[in-house]
Order: sequence, then structure tokens, then C-alpha cells
Amino acid sequence: MEEFFQQLTNGLAVGGIYALIALGYTMVYGVLKLINFAHGDLFTYGAYLGLTLLTSLALTDRLGFALGVLVLVLMVMGLVAVLGAILERAAYRPLRESPRLSAVVSALGASIFLQNTLMLIYGARFQVYPDDILPAATLHVFGLYLPLMRVLIVLASVLIMIALYLFIQKTKIGTAIRAAAIDQGAARLMGIDVNRVILLVFLLGPALGGVAGLMVGLYYGQINFTMGWVYGMKAFTAAILGGIGNIPGAMVGGLLLGVIEALGAAYISIAWKDAIAFLVLILILIVRPTGLLGERVADKV
Amino acid sequence: MGRLDLPFVVAFTVLMTIAPLFLNAYHVDVLNSIGLYALLALSLNLILGEAGLFNMGHAAFYAMGAYTAAILNTRYQIPILWTLPLSGLVAGLFALAVARPVVHLRGDYLLIVTIGVGEIVRIALVNDVFGITGGANGIFGISRPKLFGFVIRQPQHFYYLIWGFVALTIFLFYRLKQSRFGRALNYLREDEVAAEGSGVNTAYYKLAVFGLGAAWAGMAGTLFAAKMTIISPESFSFWESVVLFMIVILGGAGNMAGVLLASFLVIGLPELFREFSSARMLVFGLVMMIMMIVRPQGLLPARGR
Repeated sequence: MEEFFQQLTNGLAVGGIYALIALGYTMVYGVLKLINFAHGDLFTYGAYLGLTLLTSLALTDRLGFALGVLVLVLMVMGLVAVLGAILERAAYRPLRESPRLSAVVSALGASIFLQNTLMLIYGARFQVYPDDILPAATLHVFGLYLPLMRVLIVLASVLIMIALYLFIQKTKIGTAIRAAAIDQGAARLMGIDVNRVILLVFLLGPALGGVAGLMVGLYYGQINFTMGWVYGMKAFTAAILGGIGNIPGAMVGGLLLGVIEALGAAYISIAWKDAIAFLVLILILIVRPTGLLGERVADKV
Repeated sequence: MGRLDLPFVVAFTVLMTIAPLFLNAYHVDVLNSIGLYALLALSLNLILGEAGLFNMGHAAFYAMGAYTAAILNTRYQIPILWTLPLSGLVAGLFALAVARPVVHLRGDYLLIVTIGVGEIVRIALVNDVFGITGGANGIFGISRPKLFGFVIRQPQHFYYLIWGFVALTIFLFYRLKQSRFGRALNYLREDEVAAEGSGVNTAYYKLAVFGLGAAWAGMAGTLFAAKMTIISPESFSFWESVVLFMIVILGGAGNMAGVLLASFLVIGLPELFREFSSARMLVFGLVMMIMMIVRPQGLLPARGR
């Protein structure tokens, strides 16, 4: 039982990270119907920027752990958000009226470009996060000994998701994002500046992805310039699992995928971990062709 | 291909036929790579370009063919070229089995499922599934192909084998495109609901084109195994599927000449710039973006009829 709960909490931590990345995919998809294949690389930028800022500014030494990491998170969010906005401007805006697959190829090109830029700057080897940021403490909860970092990551990702959910559901800007996702033309007629909504989505999504990158760095301690593809693919799977375009769907899909993977790796086979995640996705799509929370769309004649 | 294109086709064919006489072994080898990718891209073009089904896991079918050929050759000593039809059959049947439950999924959902299939196949190969794939090391010692008692060994000889197959493929796919089958595929791509409404059995055509495209990729896999004599899972990664996807879209989905041109650009150009090894892929990504922005329909868009 101990083993089960350890894997479960580990799955929730990884799932929270997947969910944060998946939100970026799903928000962009909701508004633009575009699969932003470069999103995973923005996530990697979050991890690398986090590492550079952490080591060069020594934030945690100066401000203490809590405040230091908070400042770090905000800086990473801001920088990656700007990067996201630049990406939209350079790679996607010129293709907005073009066939959808052209934008996909442009996204793939952007992804390759971003990845190799990182490689040229930092080198191809794994980069290591300092491991003395946080004392290797464990928390004693309900008879379980959990690493402090794991608990913090689960809490932080849940907190960020709740904040995003409230923002999307309760504020006027959030309503505008939802409106633009349902019908861009109608939203425009209602006086919504769709271009600003798109810009906002390209600020928000990458900001969340950047935080997720930072979390991976802090959680695993190792980052690599190609990890955006692996995590991006997983997060995209999570977004599809929940029903792409659906914001709560991405959250549920991410957490679910993380847990399935962790339990699958522990109880079935670690070598087949990634295959299990995809197999579950395929099985769910056979039963529910538009994901768990995706709405059924009828073909219009 | 209209009547006006005939001079181009003739010129290209003549040029390609005599090319190995003027090139060194390295350049011929690059052309061989281009030929293999062209073959794969043409087969993906049937699925993605002609029928409009998003497939980003084409490497899975390629792998099926290559491994079928390699296993039959190394375990049962069947001459590698003889395995060609069987590799195609295995890859095609596998595609039918996989596609049957998912082919009705809408665009992007199909995309992730095909990515998933590609990854599952690769992971299965790495994990030495059924104990016959050799795990991460793959299979080595595949024998050289023999044609009418002549052992194909040099790049120049492979060149004619590969590009001969490309030529045959272009001819057959061109005939297919002109046929009722090809028209049904295009109808499917343009408007699935209308196609269904006019009596096109969309489920049948979707499955059929998946099977056919996969079978062709499987045969390309055999040629790959014969050329390399060693195959391992890393040759069939997600990256390969992505490259093929980019070739088809960049060339102009549904236009064979465009797909051929894009194969030359996407595979050939990075080879020519090998000396700038580190910045090469960075430029590649940038060029991809710019090309799509400048020509969103692809280099040579498919022409309507």
C-alpha cells in the first residue's frame, strides 16, 4: 500500500506538470484550432531560463527559499510568455488564413529552431539544477514519507490551475477567451478584439509551460534541450485525452495521464511506460472519440 | 501532370538515369537516401495528401516492413528482395488492424493516435517484443540483395534499385490518382460529408488508403534494410514521421512532383551543409517556417480538376 501511495503522489506531481503544459496546447487550440508543436520547446526554455536565473542571481540565497522561488517563477513566467508572443507573431500570424497543416509545419520548424538555439547556447549535454536549493526534507503525511519537493509541486500546480479556472470562468477577459474559442466571428461582432485574445492566450499558455519546465528542473534536477518533445507529446496526449480545446479537460487529462504512467511503470513494466500512456489514450478515444470532456461535434452539412 | 509537363518528366528521368556516372559514391549515397525518403513521402502523400488523413506515425509502417524483411532474411535465409511483397503485406495488414477502430476520428485526434502508434511500435522494438527484434541493438547481418544472380553492393547499384522503384511507384500512383479510387480520395479530402452523401463509402476508402500507403512504406522498409544491412529502432523514431510529414506538406499535399521536390530539399540540403553541423538544424527549422509563410499551399500545390 505504501508503494501504491508513493507512486500515486509521484503520478500526481508529474500529472500536474503535464496538465500545466497541456493547458497551453488546449488554449491555443481552442482559439486558433492550431496544434502548437513548439509549445513543448517553450517549456524547455522555462527550464533553462530557470536554471540560468537561479544560478546567476542566487535568488534563493538572497531571499530565502519561498520568496526566492516565487520571484524565480514570476520571472520565468514573464520571459517565456514574451517568447510565446514573439513565436505567435513570427510563425503563426502570417499563416492564420492558410491551410491548417501549413501552420503545423511552421510550428514544427519553429520547434526545431528553438531546440537547436538552446543546444548552441548551452551545449547538448544534460544540465544539472543545484540540489541544495531545498533541504532534502520529507513530509510525514497520513503515515507516508513524501519528498517536500513533490508535495510543493502538486500544491503549486493545483493552485495555478484553480487560479486559471477562476480567471477563465469569472472574469470578463476569461469570458472573451471562451467566446473567441466558440465562434471567432460572433465574438468579433460582440466587440471582442480577437487579436488581443490570441495574444493573451499566447502569453498565458507559454507562461504556464515555462513554470512546468522550472518544476521539472526542480523535481528531477536534470534537464536536456530535447525534453520538450517528450513532455510536449505527453502533454498533447493529455490535452486530447481530456478533449482538446476544453480547459478543465486538459487539467483532468494531465493528472490522469501522470497517474496512469506512474502506476503503469510501477506495476506493469517500466520499459513500456510510454507505450502504456498511448495505449490508454487510444482505448479512451475508441470509446469517446472526442476525449473525456470534449463535446460531441456533429458534422454540418 | 499535364501534357505540358512531359518535357520536364523526360528531362528529369534522363538526368536521374545518368546522374551516377558523374557523381562520387558519397553523393550517390545521398541520392539513395533521398530516393528512400521520396518513396516513403509518396506513400504518405496517398494518406495525408490525397485523402487528407492526418498521419504522423508513418515510421511505424516503415519499421514493420524493414523488420519483417530483416527477420525473414536473417532467420530463414530468404533472399531480401523476395521479402518485398511480404513486408508490404505485413505493414499493410498491421495498418488495417490499427486503423480500423480509429480511422473515423476527426483530424487532430487521428494525428495523436498515429503518433501514439508510431511510439508504441518503436517502444515494442526497443523492448525486443516476441524476442525477435533484437532490442535496442536491432538486427544486423542482413544479406546483400541479389538480382538475377547479381549481388547489389555499391551505392551506384543501389541507386538504380531504389530509383527504379521510385519510378515504378510514381507511375502506379499516377494511374491510381487518375482512377475512380483516386477521385474518391480527393472527394474525401475536400468534403467528407458531401462524399458520404454522394454515395462514396468513406470508411472503406479511408481504410483502403491507409493499408495501401502503409504497404508501400513497408516495401520501402525492405529496401532500407537491404541497403543498410543493419536496422535498429532509432531509424524509425518520431523524428522520421515528422520529416515525412513536413516533406508532404512542404511539397504540396497531393502533388507528386511537389513531394519529390521537397524530398530533395528536405533530405538533400542538410546533407550538403554537413560542415556547418551545429547550426545546420537551426537553419533548417528557420527555413521550414519561412517556406511555409512564403508558400502556405506548398511548393507545388495540388491542382484541381
